[in-house]
Amino acid sequence: MSSVPRFWRNLGSRYNLEGTRCKECGEYFYPPRNVCVNCRRMGELEPFKFKGTGEIVSYTLIHTAAEGFEGQAPYTLAIIKLDEGPQLTSQVVGNPDKIQIGTRVKSVFRKLGEDGDRGMIYYGTKFVPVDA
Amino acid sequence: MRDVAIIGVKNTKFGELWERSLRDIVVEAGIGAIEDAAVSGKDIDALYIGNMSGGRFVEQEHIGALIADYSGLSRNLHVPATRVEAACASGGLALRQAIMSVASGYSDIVVAAGAEKMTDVGSEEASSALAAAADREWEGMAGATFPGLYAMIAKLHMHRYGTTSEQLAEVAVKNHKNGSFNPIAQYKNVITVDDVLKSIMVADPLHIFDCSPITDGASALVLAPAEIAHKYTDTPIYIKATAQASDTIALHDRRDITTLDATVMAAKRAYSMAKLAPQDIDLVEVHDCFTIAEICAIEDLGFAEKGKGGIVTANGETAIGGRIPVNTSGGLKACGHPVGATGIKQAVEVVTQLRGDAGKRQVAGAEYGMTHNVGGSGATAVVHIFSRER
Repeated sequence: MSSVPRFWRNLGSRYNLEGTRCKECGEYFYPPRNVCVNCRRMGELEPFKFKGTGEIVSYTLIHTAAEGFEGQAPYTLAIIKLDEGPQLTSQVVGNPDKIQIGTRVKSVFRKLGEDGDRGMIYYGTKFVPVDA
Repeated sequence: MRDVAIIGVKNTKFGELWERSLRDIVVEAGIGAIEDAAVSGKDIDALYIGNMSGGRFVEQEHIGALIADYSGLSRNLHVPATRVEAACASGGLALRQAIMSVASGYSDIVVAAGAEKMTDVGSEEASSALAAAADREWEGMAGATFPGLYAMIAKLHMHRYGTTSEQLAEVAVKNHKNGSFNPIAQYKNVITVDDVLKSIMVADPLHIFDCSPITDGASALVLAPAEIAHKYTDTPIYIKATAQASDTIALHDRRDITTLDATVMAAKRAYSMAKLAPQDIDLVEVHDCFTIAEICAIEDLGFAEKGKGGIVTANGETAIGGRIPVNTSGGLKACGHPVGATGIKQAVEVVTQLRGDAGKRQVAGAEYGMTHNVGGSGATAVVHIFSRER
């Protein structure tokens, strides 16, 4: 990842699932957006903190890791639909056998990765199956 | 708007070209296309080049100027050169810019090229550069890879429609067979379904043989106004449609991840512009960066009902000699995927087919061909339709 400010400026979203909601049309956005995709300039966005519960839309077990994630492979990556509506990409931790399309999940605070032995450690949100 | 024709084409060999640089391969493709068109450097009004990531792959930006220079078009002729970037759709977009330049009347003879030199860095760095086509902050930082994103498309497609790993493998098997007939293809080896299923898992359910490779290669086309195309060649191939559409950069923000809405919309615009329907198309080069991508593409372009792409492939309907031959070049899977070159290479293949010059992989009597080039996981789609008749 290697850019501290790039990660730091989104800490609220990465740690606490802070997104936005359009007052005009009511749609929720996570990751946060500053322009509503429906209302565009007519929209008015306000901060919104998501509950952190949702379900798995699709998932994969990644064997060939992304750069910086080599130590975690194999890991489960999923698209999760939050109960408020928006979808996001996140890792799902826990037993891969418990993970299926439609599995209910909740957010947890976890280490995401690190820049080598002496670099920054990144924390953020992952998900776990609700009944795990 | 003026009608536009393609009057010259050239691909370099695709593969791991250790002894050749980015500028070497683009110049070979460009000069080859210019010779094929029998035009002179003095005739060229503009150059467009698709290149995704010279900055990451060879630490070189300003690719347009570099290529014009080393093609001998700069110091004396000062031909304007523009690099076009849309990740893996850079080539298709370069062609579209070139078409619009000729159609508008701003230019007459225009070169549309595409190139990527990917093997000067290791495969980890190449994968990281490619991951920049997705949303770095909200996909990449979660640990997403491109195989991972397409694996999630595949997983849901299988869950919802019953598509199988064997059907995905059939895409790779067909494309390797087609590649075996293409002299420029990176892989000319024929493979079996079993070979695919036994290859290592990259991101479940995608095996390494479900994935397109890392490739060096360049391709080029020469365009001219249709009314003067016969001055240069007996077999000009005409552009019937150029269309492009956008969708969300992140896969998770799509309406439905098993359909690339950008492909659907670009195809709709292209069919409308050409006044044609899917059943009129004789062959198509689709963006099979992964086997599931070809399945989705043939559905989204209207060649198979949604959810039936796997069955249609396994039935042989997309093979050469089938109902709608798909990826006669070998596709990205077997011909190779030098990302910036791919969209141009697809057009070179369709022009070669429509000219009747495709040898053992020739689709008999082909009148209309289509290309489909995708950026990222579907945030950009470009569709072109070509015809033998004006």
